[in-house]
Amino acid sequence: MYDVIVVGGGHAGCEASHISAILNLKTALVTANLKNIADMPCNPSIGGTAKGIIVREIDALGGLMGIIADKSHFQIKMLNNGKGPAVRSLRAQADKITYPKNMLKALKETPNLTIIEGMVEDLIVENNTIKGIILANGEEIKAKSVILTTGTYLKGNILIGSENTPGGPHGEARSNHLSDNLKKYGLTIQRLKTGTPPRLKASTIDFTKMQPEVGDNKYYTFSFDTKPLYKINEQQKCYLIYTNETTHNIIKENLSKSAMYGGYVTGIGPRYCPSIEDKIVRFADKPRHQLFLEPESLYYDEWYLQGFSTSMPRDIQEKMVHSLKGLENAELTKYAYAIEYDAIDPLEIKPSLENKIIENLFTAGQINGTSGYEEAAAQGLIAGINAHHKLNNMEPLILKRNEAYIGVLIDDLVTKGTNEPYRMLTSRAEFRLLLRHDNADLRLREIGYKNGTIDEARYKKLKTKINSINEIKELLKNTNLSLNAKTKEIFAKYNFTLPTSSVSFYLLLKRPEITINFLKEFISLPYDEDILEEVEIEVKYEGYIAKAYKEAEKMLKLEGKLIPEDIDYNDILNLASEARQKLSKIRPKSLGQAARISGVNPSDLSILSVYLKKKYNK
Amino acid sequence: MYDTICAISTARGVGAISIIRVSGEEAIPKVASIFDGKDLTKVQSHTIHYGHIIKDNEIIDEVLVSVFKAPKTYTKEDIVEINTHGGIATTKKVLEILLEQGLRLAEPGEFTKRAFLNGRLDLAEAEAVENLINSGTELERKLALNQMGGKVSLKIKKVRDIIMDLMANIEVNIDYPEYEDALVITKENLTPKLTEIKQELESLLDESKIGKLIEQGIKVAIVGRPNVGKSSILNALIKENKAIVTDIAGTTRDIVEGEIELKGIRLKFIDTAGIHKTNDLVEKIGVDKSLEVLNSADLIIHVLNNNEELTEEDQEIISKIQNKTHITFINKDDLPSNLKLDLKDLVYGNTTSIDGLESLKDKIVELFDLDYIKTTNLEIVSSTRIINLIKESLNSINNALKNNTAEIPVDMLAIDIKKAWDLLGEITGESYQDELLDTLFSKFCLGK
Repeated sequence: MYDVIVVGGGHAGCEASHISAILNLKTALVTANLKNIADMPCNPSIGGTAKGIIVREIDALGGLMGIIADKSHFQIKMLNNGKGPAVRSLRAQADKITYPKNMLKALKETPNLTIIEGMVEDLIVENNTIKGIILANGEEIKAKSVILTTGTYLKGNILIGSENTPGGPHGEARSNHLSDNLKKYGLTIQRLKTGTPPRLKASTIDFTKMQPEVGDNKYYTFSFDTKPLYKINEQQKCYLIYTNETTHNIIKENLSKSAMYGGYVTGIGPRYCPSIEDKIVRFADKPRHQLFLEPESLYYDEWYLQGFSTSMPRDIQEKMVHSLKGLENAELTKYAYAIEYDAIDPLEIKPSLENKIIENLFTAGQINGTSGYEEAAAQGLIAGINAHHKLNNMEPLILKRNEAYIGVLIDDLVTKGTNEPYRMLTSRAEFRLLLRHDNADLRLREIGYKNGTIDEARYKKLKTKINSINEIKELLKNTNLSLNAKTKEIFAKYNFTLPTSSVSFYLLLKRPEITINFLKEFISLPYDEDILEEVEIEVKYEGYIAKAYKEAEKMLKLEGKLIPEDIDYNDILNLASEARQKLSKIRPKSLGQAARISGVNPSDLSILSVYLKKKYNK
Repeated sequence: MYDTICAISTARGVGAISIIRVSGEEAIPKVASIFDGKDLTKVQSHTIHYGHIIKDNEIIDEVLVSVFKAPKTYTKEDIVEINTHGGIATTKKVLEILLEQGLRLAEPGEFTKRAFLNGRLDLAEAEAVENLINSGTELERKLALNQMGGKVSLKIKKVRDIIMDLMANIEVNIDYPEYEDALVITKENLTPKLTEIKQELESLLDESKIGKLIEQGIKVAIVGRPNVGKSSILNALIKENKAIVTDIAGTTRDIVEGEIELKGIRLKFIDTAGIHKTNDLVEKIGVDKSLEVLNSADLIIHVLNNNEELTEEDQEIISKIQNKTHITFINKDDLPSNLKLDLKDLVYGNTTSIDGLESLKDKIVELFDLDYIKTTNLEIVSSTRIINLIKESLNSINNALKNNTAEIPVDMLAIDIKKAWDLLGEITGESYQDELLDTLFSKFCLGK
């Protein structure tokens, strides 16, 4: 008998099982194939815009992804470095061999965690409460709580042209019955689709015809606790190429042969991850599209052709690839494919990620309708924590939209639902200035500590950092720039305008051209770079950050107006029928959450608010 | 969930008929219980029935009763309208009987409030209905109708769409930094884009001034020494035009002596009677006091007597009003001129001939561009709430413009830009994050 069983060893499953074990629960991770633990079946990278910040948040809360990614990549880039601090985000080219290997090692070293190989086909459910799982061979394993992180393996179908092969990403066995059984227990099942581009043999690529894309010259880590392990000058290059008229013509001529356009697919694909045929149909006026060639690993010679996902038949794929500059003779080691799979309706799960219908059943990752390694890992982490909290009668950990991208992610899922695989974007977060790469630890480490996932040592480190930040701010406020000859000389050297009167360093730092490193010319600041950077951001953008806090407060006010769990929406006579139906299904926790449901109009909200006032005197 | 309300919905006064409107769940049964005629609980929706209102077997009035069943009604609730015949006393009696049945007297605007709460109208439309009800002139009615029909909402939506396109572009730059598909919004190309939005908002505000004129009219103060002919001018204007009869009390602090309609715009003459008294007592205080009253006027007509010499008091008034919208009117131009005046733009006239005040009226038309107003399509904003939201929205854009020159990154300015968009969304009551993503993915080719 386990406390928690996690079904599936992908990114969600790894985080869920790890954190559950860290929280002293007897945990089992059940995976169909041990060698697919932390598999990266699509792009060879971790992070990206918004996603990189999610990895930071996972790390701040005690998850594994950041630490493992730091150990497993061969190129790192801070995206949007030229823009404001709110939108900076890390992306690493992760090694598809090293990352899973490091993750498996970390899991094996985690106490309380057992890894079991087996295909789960059914659940043990009694009185709408989960009691365990049933394997394909009929074996039953009992548990108090189950977390499903099945990825694309629920009735997965691989589509290449008109070929339709049942199976997971690498042609692995799929779970044939689990989603039908979930339906049997009352859950709604939807069909989603995603895709992946072809892989090419490195030795057949002519890189000399391509534009190299290199990593940054600066060390960065995802984790707040690791030091850079790679050598900055040993980073691998990626390459940029473009589609051309020939490519577009091949695609147009063969459109009906693609699985998507030929009508062989029923699942809904993501808008932000369109296939190349989609791009050419929808944006017919574009003469070319960018493609990136990325190495998959240092240990085998396959390259990933980002931007070229397709569901064309194999022969057309070859023609398409060969029309590209530098790929005239490229050998396709893996063909691009679309994959369809079953997912549940996220409107049927609670913000804690527990199922509304089956008690103690949690879900995370693609089964909840999301896409992406990072999104999956984040949910796995939260599901693991909340499975623990539920078993121990503790309040669930629900991050708010102004606290973390993870909060935005889960709130969006359980409030708005999704009919395409959901990917995190900076534009989904209304308070992104508060949800920065740099301050993920300041936002979440304390929460992690209180929830038992951050240990004393890391918590102490956080406290020290906070103290240092405050110290520096005080120092800058209380020290003035003296306008002596030396000052004039330094300002002249940098070609900066000298202030007309003596100002505090705090005010000086607010000037666009002044950096905190420049202040070191005048004042001793013996602190780590990340701490100084934090101060610089907080001082420089103080006005906008304050504005964002104010907006967040407005939202929190509505968030604070709770809706009783036993509310009967049929009792509210004047609600529009769409609003009534959605509210009854989603059962928002607060007026704030209700306001975000599409189809619930301001007038419905007024009615609901008046009703609450009348009936509950809220 | 709401109780049933009733009220007299037509203007209080002597008319051929009056209408009592009843809205709510109990509207039909309660009216049926005092109605002698067909059983109203069994009639079809949207039908009219002849009968009598009775109390204690006594006929109170002969009426026509219209029955409208939810949801296709003004409030989306059951509505009954009783057309009474017997003047205000009888109508009041019928209302009393309804109240005795346990119905509640509606608060001002409550029917419209319900229409809003029940999702029948958006906020801008609900406001427009209020204005429509209160409108006196034909222009006001048109303006209110346009706002109600969502024409203002459409205009605001147009500006929002421009902002949305800009926002989507900024977001694409952030979420897809390595994609060449979208124009990169920089400090340099952002300023003209923001300026365009700024101009759109300013033009909405400019138009709203016209809206305010139509809705609130022009407040006119006629000033001058005693016996220069102020009262005869006012009387001549009012006598010639059909005065508008409205219930003004409570709409303004000022006491309005009379109103006329000029090119569809109401001119409201503020009572300046009090000014003269104090004038006679202490000259200085008098002028100050009058200025206080004058401050609330949109137009000051300073009357001088053509036949008399300029006095110190006249000079005082001239200097005090020179920075206000004013007309210097030289009265009694039929008499010999003894007035030596070094002022431009004088208007001459008298009250002895029929067209003696034409030049004064022409001047007012010219000053307020009333001919133009008459020809505009009147798709303009007039509600104070809406004007304030547009102003706030404009402030936000101005803030972004200012900070753009202060090297604040574009992605932070996005906060101001989004705020401007949200504020405009408050006007029509819609603000969805989802719209942003829809625009993003429909406009740009993105992704792996």
